[in-house]
Amino acid sequence: MNNKRITVKNMTDKEYFFGHKACAGCGGSLAVRLALKVFGDRTFAALPAGCMSAVGFIYPQMAFLNNAIISTFPGTGSMLSGMRAGLDALGIKDTHVVGFAGDGGTADIGLQALSGAIDREEKIIYICYDNEAYMNTGVQKSSLTPYGARTTTSPAGENLPGSVMHKKNLFEIVAAHDIAYAATASVGYPQDYLNKLSKAALVEGTSYIHIYATCPTGWGTPTETSVSLAKEAVDSGLWYLAEYENGEFTLNRRPKEFFPVKEHLLKQGRFKHLKDSDIRIIEEARDKKWKRMLEHWK
Amino acid sequence: MDKPELKNFTKPESIKDYPVGPSFSGGHLVSVNSGWRTFKPVVALDTCTGCYRCYLVCPDGVIVKTEAGKVAVDYDFCKGCGVCAHECPFDAIEMVKEDLQK
Ligand SMILES: Cc1ncc(C[n+]2csc(CCOP(=O)(O)OP(=O)(O)O)c2C)c(N)n1
Ligand code: SF4
Ligand code: SF4
Ligand code: SF4
Ligand SMILES: [Mg+2]
Repeated sequence: MNNKRITVKNMTDKEYFFGHKACAGCGGSLAVRLALKVFGDRTFAALPAGCMSAVGFIYPQMAFLNNAIISTFPGTGSMLSGMRAGLDALGIKDTHVVGFAGDGGTADIGLQALSGAIDREEKIIYICYDNEAYMNTGVQKSSLTPYGARTTTSPAGENLPGSVMHKKNLFEIVAAHDIAYAATASVGYPQDYLNKLSKAALVEGTSYIHIYATCPTGWGTPTETSVSLAKEAVDSGLWYLAEYENGEFTLNRRPKEFFPVKEHLLKQGRFKHLKDSDIRIIEEARDKKWKRMLEHWK
Repeated sequence: MDKPELKNFTKPESIKDYPVGPSFSGGHLVSVNSGWRTFKPVVALDTCTGCYRCYLVCPDGVIVKTEAGKVAVDYDFCKGCGVCAHECPFDAIEMVKEDLQK
């Protein structure tokens, strides 16, 4: 474990998440792949029910090169705590204990176990890959599904614009525990993500990274745009890159002007039905959030 | 690239042949992903600058850094998503239609 900045030039050639069966262009699988390249051989991973466990452990295949196990859907935080305790009991040193959970597994059913683990200041790294719905079971709305997104449980039609709820503010909920380190990231800004992973690897207590991860299958987007769309989401202000450390929030990227929200959203099947009035609701929510972040965050 | 090798797998014939619990070591791969592809990425080596953007963003980790400082693709596991071609700053990757009759 060293302090050197990890970049594409010096990262290990070893692939730890390889041969998996994620859909072509899956942003979540890129998030898992890059994280494991930073954390390396001595990593013990837990993945709850969700796409990344479903595509990684298909009998008789085992797409993880490091130690990895499937946890119960709500239990990632507690499973990680147990793994850390087990390693301590066995005297196994210099390890990373990492969870990769979806938005549903984190913001809904897994929130209690995650909160407990942060409260106990467990030395674990929790990564939420946020594809903004329950994808593995066929695109149901979660509390991280954004306003206006069509899912099977938030249909769009004459009466409804898709999801009528905005995204839960999970990053700040996690930060409110006064966690040692929390960050948001996007697969559209991979170097920023690598920097945050390297930081998380060195934290003594709990760290949490919330990474925006494109899902071409659930979003109705062309597979080749998985990275550029995730960048555009940040550039349009619908997602943001930030950190929480030593009790302070820092914004890592302040777009001078936002990429047009309408143009960004209409590239995605899940937003195709949106009316201009819906786009305005989305822009207003964005502006309110950014006003607060710019005023109060570094 | 440092990746697991494909292993032979004999299909269990009866329930007794199945393991009781999780039983495979890390990187136990028995099937390729090449059949998913309808287009394949082809790297133009004279245009490729070796910036490794494609290597960084490939969700499947199938881009290989070559000794010549360029890149090659592991076609056994490439799914043909096209992210590499879309992200290459030098337009050095072309997505070419696979001959699916073969
Ligand atoms: C207790 C429990 N309830 C429901 C399920 C069914 N289930 C499996 S995966 C999944 C969706 C997971 O969604 P998310 O956490 O967002 O991950 P994604 O599939 O999107 O990667 C659900 C509902 C389950 N496995 N366990
Ligand atoms: S459904 Fe979405 S998140 Fe799940 S494997 Fe496919 S692309 Fe990835
Ligand atoms: S992104 Fe393009 S130029 Fe850069 S290494 Fe890949 S093929 Fe070469
Ligand atoms: S097409 Fe997709 S899977 Fe194949 S090399 Fe390019 S990015 Fe990787
Ligand atoms: Mg999800």
